[in-house]
Amino acid sequence: MSLDANPEPMLQLTDLHAYYGKSHVLNGVNLEIMPGEVIALLGRNGVGRSTTAKAIMGEVVPVGSVRFKGQEIGGMANHRIARLGLGYVPESRDIFPTMTVRQNLMLGIKNMRRPGKWTIDQMLEMFPNLGRRADNAAGVLSGGEKQMLTMCRTLMGDPELIIIDEPTEGLAPLIVQQVGEMIAEIAKAGVSILLVEQKLSIALKIADRVYVMGHGEIVYGGTPADFATREDIRKEWLEV
Amino acid sequence: METLVFALLNGAIYGLLLFMLSSGLTLIFSMMGVLNFAHASFYMLGAYLAFTITEGTSFWIALFLAPVLVGGVGMLVERYGLRKVHAQGHVAELLFTFGLAYLIDELVKIFWGRTAVNYRVPEILDFPLFTLYGAQYPAYRIFILFVAAFMLVALWYLLKKTRAGLIIQAALSHPHMVGSLGHNVPLIFMTVFGAGCALAGLAGVIGGNYFVTDPAMAVQMGPIVFVVVVVGGLGSLEGAFIAAMLIGLLQTSAISINASLADIFGFIGLGADTELGEITIASMAPMLPFLLLVLILMIRPRGLMGDREV
Repeated sequence: MSLDANPEPMLQLTDLHAYYGKSHVLNGVNLEIMPGEVIALLGRNGVGRSTTAKAIMGEVVPVGSVRFKGQEIGGMANHRIARLGLGYVPESRDIFPTMTVRQNLMLGIKNMRRPGKWTIDQMLEMFPNLGRRADNAAGVLSGGEKQMLTMCRTLMGDPELIIIDEPTEGLAPLIVQQVGEMIAEIAKAGVSILLVEQKLSIALKIADRVYVMGHGEIVYGGTPADFATREDIRKEWLEV
Repeated sequence: METLVFALLNGAIYGLLLFMLSSGLTLIFSMMGVLNFAHASFYMLGAYLAFTITEGTSFWIALFLAPVLVGGVGMLVERYGLRKVHAQGHVAELLFTFGLAYLIDELVKIFWGRTAVNYRVPEILDFPLFTLYGAQYPAYRIFILFVAAFMLVALWYLLKKTRAGLIIQAALSHPHMVGSLGHNVPLIFMTVFGAGCALAGLAGVIGGNYFVTDPAMAVQMGPIVFVVVVVGGLGSLEGAFIAAMLIGLLQTSAISINASLADIFGFIGLGADTELGEITIASMAPMLPFLLLVLILMIRPRGLMGDREV
């Protein structure tokens, strides 16, 4: 995608800090996502990747600047952020287990009178795993299906940018691949993606650019091709 | 036989009234995570407002207006009180509702006096509807039954069959997630609190003239509603319904059972002339809900249908 057509970043974090009580978790994060871009945010456990996602959504109080489509959203109520077009798929995959798959998807629609570009039926057709279970309680789905449902549910709200936090966590390798394909599908539909991920194989395949986090700040940013040459970064910040 | 039929009918009516109160309380519990001590005070407020509105206009206007007013008060309490206190944690919330209960009680005494007001069953419903086994059955009780049943169906339909209901249920269990899907959770919470209070107010409107409308009515009803919610399982509407009917039937049947402990436990040698043997089942009726509460907490702490421990 040409970046020149719209030079303004979709999402821009400038010197973002966040705290859990007295511990300083984010230490000045700078990051930007252009329209249509897929960004992978890598790093070891506990370096603040999920906290970055939470600070963007206002679940953790952000200190510093969070701009979405040019507007400052830091500290805004999360439903207002969502209504601006920012979707969030949390690590906890909060599906509603007693509701059916279809009802879960329905919850993702922000306004019934103004439907977005995705309909429930399209979604069920596109992802047959969910389609087969449309009228089953979501609680009986497998981990991978729950992850897909969570992503589809957020898509129902027609986001322009979607933050996906650890989508492949705890999934079997085959399912990891399916989830990866699904994220690629979402990107193809023109949705920008901030992917918080640990599995390099998925992240490098999908991402246009890669950021690496360490100790609450960004320690590297570049293209997957450049990243492939940076053994030093991988050794210092990613390998266990 | 006739005792049984009357006990069942009265028990069902009392149970449905209890459910009207406990349904709101259990929804509010799911939302706040603490029991709202002031819930029965909104019931009392409903009865008193209905009394005043009935004086000025008619019972039928009161039937609609009083719950709406009580709901409005509830929404203001949530918006400007509880929402701020919530940030301080559960203990603060609990204390807030505790203080609010006394505040409402005292306000009621200031505005309406310390003695019971003459809130009566409307004349148009003040007649015996049918005669059963030679006893006349008041039409107003059947009216209560209808109003409560209508409310039950409406609440069930709203929560289970509409998208708004789905969003409410989802917001009660995962508020953050529902917020990030673009739904205004604070507004939903304010509405749920207001609707819960309005239901309590409605119970006050139709229960206040069936029982007595006096400043003690909240204190009398409050603990029983708590029992219903805890026995049913905190946060569970189905559980609250079962527990409300159970306690309704238990209490009304116990009152009508004309037996003493000696009659029941006579076979193990309890004499009718001993102090223990003289106690009648009817006199134990007020104790039964609390006995049930204590037993449930010991045997099944999450209640009949609940999914969380108390």
